Amino acid sequence: MAKIVVDVMLKPEILDPQGNAVASALPRLGFTFATSVRQGKRFEIEVAGEPTPAQLAEVEKAAEVLLSNPVIENYVVRVEK
Amino acid sequence: MRVGVVTFPGTLDDRDAARAVRAGGSVAIELWHGDADLKNVDAVILPGGFSYGDYLRCGAISRFAPVMTSIIEQANKGMPLLGICNGFQVLCESHLLPGALTRNSDLHFLCKDQVISIENTNTPWTSSFSKGQEILIPLKNGEGSFQCDDATLASLEGEGRIIARYVGENPNGSRNLIAGITNTRGNVVGLMPHPEHAIDTLTGPSADGLGFFTSILNAMVK
Repeated sequence: MAKIVVDVMLKPEILDPQGNAVASALPRLGFTFATSVRQGKRFEIEVAGEPTPAQLAEVEKAAEVLLSNPVIENYVVRVEK
Repeated sequence: MRVGVVTFPGTLDDRDAARAVRAGGSVAIELWHGDADLKNVDAVILPGGFSYGDYLRCGAISRFAPVMTSIIEQANKGMPLLGICNGFQVLCESHLLPGALTRNSDLHFLCKDQVISIENTNTPWTSSFSKGQEILIPLKNGEGSFQCDDATLASLEGEGRIIARYVGENPNGSRNLIAGITNTRGNVVGLMPHPEHAIDTLTGPSADGLGFFTSILNAMVK
């Protein structure tokens, strides 16, 4: 079954204190690879059968209206097999 | 005067808000999130709390409650509307006010008494104060950091729409120390700290918050 995935991330210019907290916790555990961490949200939406273009358009609309706040967040809609 | 106080699932401060309305000389009317009927109120308060558990984003789901449809409609016609804390978040999610409230910059939930200065006394919620007056009221929130883009910030500053600022150290990372703003028309006000918890010195740090509730009576009697 296909899944529609919506990834929501804070816009780059918006301060992300949660991401910063994760970034500063990593080196305390010996993980020194990160120069920056941003934290976001992932929505997994199941539909019956293959998603149709009409359904994807509806999901785009839902992402704009409810799943994200366009003032502070960006979103990406994709289909995951 | 009839001031409606909305209860969403997860609202905490509706009783204090109703008590503050009565202390300010108006009649408090309970409004229920699932009921679009505003019961002929003259003004509405969206109180603090964690409506819908703050799921998704603070205020994001409350915005679509039946009562909000009526409130947004009336607010766009000029009805005075005050959102406190979670209510402020609902107003931003409803696009009645610009910007957004994000996680406090230090990630901690804050609960303290905070000095703010009242910068705009032309709204129906702030007319009892004098410009620049400093008041002490509780601040308690996890997501109180006011953020907006530079153009929005410039218009808020330029049009005098910042109604209150934090005094002293920035408690939560809000841009330009913003504690409260109003819309272009001036009838909708969002405020992060809690005037309804400071209406007498028995239960609050001061009685400074009462001014918001006497203001609304004065505004409607005029």
